[in-house]
Amino acid sequence: MKIAVSAKGTDLTSEVDPRFGRAAYILIVDTDTFDFEVIDNSNNSKAFKGAGIQAASNVCERGAKVLLTGYCGPKAFDVVEAAGIKVVSDMEGKVKDAVDIFLSGNFSYTNSANAFAHW
Amino acid sequence: MIVSVASGKGGTGKTMVSTNMALALGEKLTFLDCDVEEPNAHLFLKPEKELVELVTTSVPSVDESKCTFCKKCSDICRFSAIIVVGTNVMVFRDLCHSCGGCMVVCPENAISETGRELGTIEYGQRDSIRFVQGRLRIGEAMSPPMIKKVREASFPDQLTIIDAPPGTSCPVIAAMNGTDFVLMVTEPTPFGLYDLQLAVEAVKLLGIPAGLVINRCDIGDRKVYEYAERQNISVLLEIPFDRKIAETYSRGKSIVEEMPEWKDKFLRLYRDIELHLERLKETV
Repeated sequence: MKIAVSAKGTDLTSEVDPRFGRAAYILIVDTDTFDFEVIDNSNNSKAFKGAGIQAASNVCERGAKVLLTGYCGPKAFDVVEAAGIKVVSDMEGKVKDAVDIFLSGNFSYTNSANAFAHW
Repeated sequence: MIVSVASGKGGTGKTMVSTNMALALGEKLTFLDCDVEEPNAHLFLKPEKELVELVTTSVPSVDESKCTFCKKCSDICRFSAIIVVGTNVMVFRDLCHSCGGCMVVCPENAISETGRELGTIEYGQRDSIRFVQGRLRIGEAMSPPMIKKVREASFPDQLTIIDAPPGTSCPVIAAMNGTDFVLMVTEPTPFGLYDLQLAVEAVKLLGIPAGLVINRCDIGDRKVYEYAERQNISVLLEIPFDRKIAETYSRGKSIVEEMPEWKDKFLRLYRDIELHLERLKETV
């Protein structure tokens, strides 16, 4: 299964970026093999508006089923929800730790945005 | 002829200058308050309100039964206002800039126009001054389409004075673009100078002749004057930091009516703008 994690760097030892739409990178991690793909989100993170929408759209296109991040704004949340992607927010630490928490099952999905627009 | 009054920095005196120039002229003219996020010229002109008109801008509406989810609409949108996720098309109406691009590229004609309320335009009259102001809906982020609508109210064969919003971004450009002269109001402080420089660069890009009013001219330093000289921008009026002027303005009264010696100065300001433009014509 593929999951998306917002990240400050380009590998599994990078810190989770607490921002989703304006994260530096988004890693798409295969939870079976720990192989991952890096989405460079830098263009998006500079967007005046709509960063979360584009980031969410990119995550959908890569076929991720779950998103692990710190904060997810209302528009991004609407898009991932429409795509059937579940969100786990308030994630912190390294990307690998976040994936481990997800695999351990010791978390709960969020059912609403946990940041205001333009956070 | 259209004269826009702009500044860069907020609170330098655009509204004071534009309303007093309009009142001093006392001729048939149109006054447009294009500072649609906080229109306040009405406080000084006190027009009688005659008409209120609702203004909308077009945003897309998608017929999902016709949509093949080809994503051409989301690819062309620079503002992420329309997005295709799987078999969902989502429209974020508040992000839409109403360019109509999505409607043009849709191969299935699945997108039609619907309205988003921008705010209201209010029309009124104060003696010989026809007064028009835009008032942006609270929560609405996009003022340029509103400003363009307000500007449609100007008569081509009559003087129009525009009170522009502060700043140097899209709203100011929408208020200044295509006007015959930009009167820039600044103050001789570091902030005034910094923002004036940005505004001058914007005006240069638009290719509009400009002149300067220096408000609170006896505070700060000479750097604004030095900058104006280097840029070859004439200082057309200086207004001192005067308690009586401040009190008059704070009570919503006009300087030209309460302090008659200022009527001539504002009249001369307008004549200087006319002279400046005549000289430009001669040199062409």
